[in-house]
Amino acid sequence: MAESTSLAAALGDAVTNTVVFRDEVTLLTTRERLVEVLTHLRDVERFEMLTDETCVDFHPGEPRFALVYQLTSLERAMRVRVKIMLSGADRVAPTVMGVYRNANWLERELYDLFGITFEGHPDLRRIMMPADYQGHPLLKEVPVTVEEVAFSFNRRRIDDTKIYAGE
Amino acid sequence: MMDQTQLSVEESAHNLEKHADVQLDITVEQLKKLVSPRAFTGETMLLNMGPQHPSTHGVLRLLLELDGETVVSCIPDIGFLHTGIEKTHEGKTYLKGLPLTDRTDYLAPMINNLAYCGAIEKLCEIDVPLRAQYLRVILAELTRMNSHLVWLGTHALDIGAMSVFLYCMRERELLLDVFESVSGARMMSSYFRPGGLWRDVPDVFFDLVRKVMDVFPGRIIEYERLLKENPIWRERTVGIGVIGKADAIAWGMTGPSLRGSGVNYDIRKAFPYSSYDHFDFSVPLGTKGDVYDRYRCRLDEFTQSLKIIKQALDRLPPGPVITDDRKFAPPPKHEIAYSMESLIHHFKLWTEGFRGPNADVYFAVESGKGEYGVYIHGDGGPKPRRVPFRAPSLCNLQALPQMSDGALIADLVGIIGSVDIVLGEVDR
Repeated sequence: MAESTSLAAALGDAVTNTVVFRDEVTLLTTRERLVEVLTHLRDVERFEMLTDETCVDFHPGEPRFALVYQLTSLERAMRVRVKIMLSGADRVAPTVMGVYRNANWLERELYDLFGITFEGHPDLRRIMMPADYQGHPLLKEVPVTVEEVAFSFNRRRIDDTKIYAGE
Repeated sequence: MMDQTQLSVEESAHNLEKHADVQLDITVEQLKKLVSPRAFTGETMLLNMGPQHPSTHGVLRLLLELDGETVVSCIPDIGFLHTGIEKTHEGKTYLKGLPLTDRTDYLAPMINNLAYCGAIEKLCEIDVPLRAQYLRVILAELTRMNSHLVWLGTHALDIGAMSVFLYCMRERELLLDVFESVSGARMMSSYFRPGGLWRDVPDVFFDLVRKVMDVFPGRIIEYERLLKENPIWRERTVGIGVIGKADAIAWGMTGPSLRGSGVNYDIRKAFPYSSYDHFDFSVPLGTKGDVYDRYRCRLDEFTQSLKIIKQALDRLPPGPVITDDRKFAPPPKHEIAYSMESLIHHFKLWTEGFRGPNADVYFAVESGKGEYGVYIHGDGGPKPRRVPFRAPSLCNLQALPQMSDGALIADLVGIIGSVDIVLGEVDR
């Protein structure tokens, strides 16, 4: 598509790959150049709104995480997606709060649910889970349900593991 | 007596030990940064509002720093209603995840269904028959009215106009009757399916929608008479909670909350879906971006919704309501009795489910609150790898600290109401 090539061409080698799927343009970049790419897209290409920032876990694949930034241009009625890949061993990404300020809560959510640290984020704390929660629930190694189903033969044993046991 | 005290000391020491290995990710220093230094000298007061507060529309907790009655800083604390909907989706087939979407924004279930089904249809390239698209539009607009009615009622109730709430709930019954007629459920309808609708609408549906069309224009005038020129209402809303164009965009606000600031951005116009481009309607805009403008935008949307419903009803084409692609939609029941192939399709769909490609799509619709988007990443199998929702309430709520900066605590209640949040969607 014409727009995808023109977007990628203006960014030069900051874009490592361009994917077009179902008419949606995805620009792949690296975390070192992420802020630069987003700043360019906001100021020059007028993608003034960060619609969503989210994460996909490819466990056990490597690189393990994809951070997905969904940008929208209200004037041009266009969307573009920017992606960076993170390895499972090094879960650090730069914050994009300097470019789009609503990344604040979105990044806190990713920190909370995926354990990804955003460098430079001023207020990185849990947002969905309680402050004393251990672990990051949306990682693939966390099972969808951890509760063992209680039957009459194992109900007492399950009850003993609950926080209200012995009360 | 002595023994008991010792025991409790021992106990608490034990508890401390037990909690010593629980590591908090946050420190007190980090939390201190959230409020101004004046809070520590006692010059300003820290006040906890919520999570059990009627005007926070659910379980929103606000930590307020107050100088007298003026809000110095407002720190929203969300997550009380986090139910792990996105995680649950990863363990379900595409079809079985559908009822979960009702439960994000529980005031606009059909619009959520539309976004989810639309994303799957985009991912798997499923064509939706025109009749299904038109019926989806009718139901989505009715859902928008339902969402706005609850907003108007509770918003007015917060500010002190109680009778509006009663009228809104009265009219909402008419809409819930329509949803009940098509799906059997009044709130959690789950009526849309990837590829179309669960079944065609019954005959009584048209009577019920016409009743809505007859009753509503008069009722909208009634709502306007109650509030639009009401001096108390204007006193409480005009010039309160102002947010400018540039700020609203930077905070990622969408929907009537953004349009109240005068930004013309409506997904139905910008990225038309489900044949919205076939219908003639306008997008109400505000100018100042205060509570009153946001109220006007939503109120005017009632009229536009009725206009869209009327056009869709008049031009509703006959035909099927779900795709005939048997890989995604089940065959009709009578076919199963004589066709082996249909039986196999039916069995495969209900046991394994259909497969989505290992790729990602984003599909957004205009919900009552704003841009409700679904980003689906498939993994080649029958279950998605990840389904994050772009919740408009979350992004709109993020602008609350800026809107309430310097406001009176009594006005804060009106500002929260004007943003129109649903905590089920904020926390998911």
